[in-house]
Amino acid sequence: MKKNYDIVVIGGGPAGLAAAVAAYDSGVKDVLILEREEKTGGILNQCIHNGFGLTRFKESLSGPEYAARFIEEVEKRKIEVVTQTTVLSLSKEKEITAINAKDGVFTVSAKAVILAMGCRERSRGALNIAGSRPAGIYSAGTAQKYVNIKGYLPGKNVVILGSGDIGLIMARRMTLEGAKVHAVCEIMPYSSGLKRNIAQCLDDFGIPLYLNHTITKIEGKERVTGVVVSRVDENKKPIVGTEIHFDCDTVLFSVGLIPENELTKGADVPLSPKTKGAAVYQNRETEVSGIFACGNVLQVHDLVDFVSEEAELAGLSAARYVKEGTKPHCGIEVVNGKNINYVLPQKIDQNIEGDVKLFFRVSNTFKNCTVKVECGGKTIIERKKRIVAPGEMETLVLKYEEIKKAQSPITVSLEVGE
Amino acid sequence: MFDVIVIGGGVVGGTILRELTKYCLSVCLLEKEGDVSMGQSKANSGIVHAGFDAQEGTLKAKFNVLGNQMMFGYAKELGVKCIQNGSLVVAFSEEEKETLTALKARGERNGVKNLRIVDREELKRLEPNVSDKAVCALYAPTGGIVCPYELTIAAIGNAMDNGAGLFTDFEVEKIVREKDCFRVTSRDGKEVKGKLVINCAGLGTERVARAAGDHSIHIGARKGEYILLDRESGDLVSHTLFFTPTKLGKGILVSQTVDQNIILGPTAEENELTETSAIGLAAVESKAKEMCPSVPLYNAITSFAGVRAYSDRHDFVIEESKEVVGLIHCAGIESPGLTSAPAIAEYVVKELVGAHIALEKNPSFNGHRESDYFFKELSTEEKNEYIKNNPAYGKIVCRCEQVTEGEIVRAIKTNPPARDVDAVKRRTRSGMGRCQGGFCQPHVAEILARELNIPFEEVTKCGKGSNLVTEECK
Repeated sequence: MKKNYDIVVIGGGPAGLAAAVAAYDSGVKDVLILEREEKTGGILNQCIHNGFGLTRFKESLSGPEYAARFIEEVEKRKIEVVTQTTVLSLSKEKEITAINAKDGVFTVSAKAVILAMGCRERSRGALNIAGSRPAGIYSAGTAQKYVNIKGYLPGKNVVILGSGDIGLIMARRMTLEGAKVHAVCEIMPYSSGLKRNIAQCLDDFGIPLYLNHTITKIEGKERVTGVVVSRVDENKKPIVGTEIHFDCDTVLFSVGLIPENELTKGADVPLSPKTKGAAVYQNRETEVSGIFACGNVLQVHDLVDFVSEEAELAGLSAARYVKEGTKPHCGIEVVNGKNINYVLPQKIDQNIEGDVKLFFRVSNTFKNCTVKVECGGKTIIERKKRIVAPGEMETLVLKYEEIKKAQSPITVSLEVGE
Repeated sequence: MFDVIVIGGGVVGGTILRELTKYCLSVCLLEKEGDVSMGQSKANSGIVHAGFDAQEGTLKAKFNVLGNQMMFGYAKELGVKCIQNGSLVVAFSEEEKETLTALKARGERNGVKNLRIVDREELKRLEPNVSDKAVCALYAPTGGIVCPYELTIAAIGNAMDNGAGLFTDFEVEKIVREKDCFRVTSRDGKEVKGKLVINCAGLGTERVARAAGDHSIHIGARKGEYILLDRESGDLVSHTLFFTPTKLGKGILVSQTVDQNIILGPTAEENELTETSAIGLAAVESKAKEMCPSVPLYNAITSFAGVRAYSDRHDFVIEESKEVVGLIHCAGIESPGLTSAPAIAEYVVKELVGAHIALEKNPSFNGHRESDYFFKELSTEEKNEYIKNNPAYGKIVCRCEQVTEGEIVRAIKTNPPARDVDAVKRRTRSGMGRCQGGFCQPHVAEILARELNIPFEEVTKCGKGSNLVTEECK
């Protein structure tokens, strides 16, 4: 293996693959992808259900099919891919230390690095749910791996906590494999999953969704034998007297995804407390010059189609960085206003020409509201929305002429009618 | 026929077993679970206490101070992480300050060295994140931390390397005194014979004593709940912080662990179930906040409960049975039992076993054990040499704790061998990080199935009945 590359992409999932192809097509051909699993494709490999690619390819693909489109593009370009290799650390000088069975522990240097490590699931432990710790407690993605990759059913009688998309998908998957899903519980008054998944994964199979409910106790010594589910009040505290008991042998958790930024932190890249990913400019460059980030390591996306789009932007930007060298950023801050959870990018560089697509999530479900983008007391964009929800990422395009004019932070907010 | 049968694979049984192998004796350990260190040695605070808590004259006081002096060298020999980080008992009022003064005097009478009261300024210098309401603290530089299951596993592993036998899934049902030996029978009909029996069964010591016809042991169970924080928050404190003890006990502590996590707990409740409760966890959170208002509770990665066995005599019971000759009890070994274990082991073997059997030094005894974490401590060159010979050391299985396949296979093959996912976890830390095994568990299970040559469906989380999967997909 070489010691120096123009661009090293960490992670060969959908983000890393698309970023590498885009960088290559932008004229930087010396690209290396480092992937920890045996093959590239990332978590898509275990997502055998359909619905991927509707936005990008206008057709419904399975996860592996979607990944295959990008793997093919990488292969066509003969981009170097090293699998079964785990990156141990990254420095801000863009030195990457990794380990694999063939090369041992080794270091490569890059002119630019693209972070594409994806995210992990929040575990039961992070929620402090009371009870015992028997077998049969899995995050939804782990259960998905057992079923779809290893070919084993983790259990027969299931209760799921969290109605995120993976939880919904697994409710259907376990049912199709012959398990009985007794309930999907959601602590919030709404599901954070896509509407189509609620219809196709729960409603079509008669699986009840308990909104405003959470698991308050897990029972069982060797294996789960049951759970207690309670209704919660407006502060998400369980209400005594509302307990429902379910006999079950399996509990699945689908309670959120956390970008995996341990390497990012090691390289002193500042993170956004809201996204838990790096704070970036619109070209997906972090505050550390030459380190870019894209996909779920940057912000947890709803659809892989948006991951690919973001990764292509990062790939193109990294290639430009390699070709043109570093330029000081002239950054205008983007601020989360009222009822907005986060906006990405966190900074807009006025020296980078072109319109900027803003990605943001609202803080609650609202009806008949107005998204406002303001700068220096002036409203730049105003858009009416019939309904918005935290589970669906919103976007807006900011015109370059507005960006050029900006002299103070740009605020995105959501006006809600009384 | 064994010379000595030890019942109970916790830290007391484990250190005694190892101590026995220093002599020319044939010895074995009976453990009712599928792995060792499955009772109170699995889930406690992991503190090497200085020795000021126990009343002078008690066995607790004696063995605590001795054990503290032994522990750091003992752990080092076994390749076990053990850090003398010092402990601080924090007072939040003038009244508590008086208690500290009394505690200091008691500690000095017990033989604890270098105790001193530090004022608020010094306390804040030592621990910047401690509450501003703290008045002063009793500083015990000899206090430390150790991982209880790592120590237990290492002691038993080393004993096995020196010839001791291990029988897991051996739940003692009957102990019959025959002419020249004991016949110990398990619930499922297995049988072992030995000249002496040492009862170190933790919560089960009363039951084991009764099985031999001795009704003198009375054990209560006290549950403690804990919360563990991500290593990312590991610098919250560097010493072990205790509240000033009250009549109810030592209370909840805030401490770094040897693996740089932060441990919060325990509660104390009369209960023998290792289940956490909403009330218990809330109590841990609220006390932790009282000690360190900035404690990042959002960084919790897991919570758990442990149960301590205490004796109605309110001291350790370390003696030969008055009713059954040749039956030795180590009962009610609650805190500071972990600290005391090496000293208890030495005493039990020399004095109690020695009273029956002439002890002759085992010339081939080797007290060193390679650390289960040896690979992490190698230089890059050494690691690469290792990977060249065994490529499995180049494959990361647990990404959060960076555990390689080589280390996992080693845990399955090294004494005492790991046979389930949690056993691998206790030996390698795979699954102990922030994703709690979400990514690595299926892979670890696969390695277990391969190495143990069993079908995947038979791989368990923690022994019989805890299978990870129920069946193959259709």
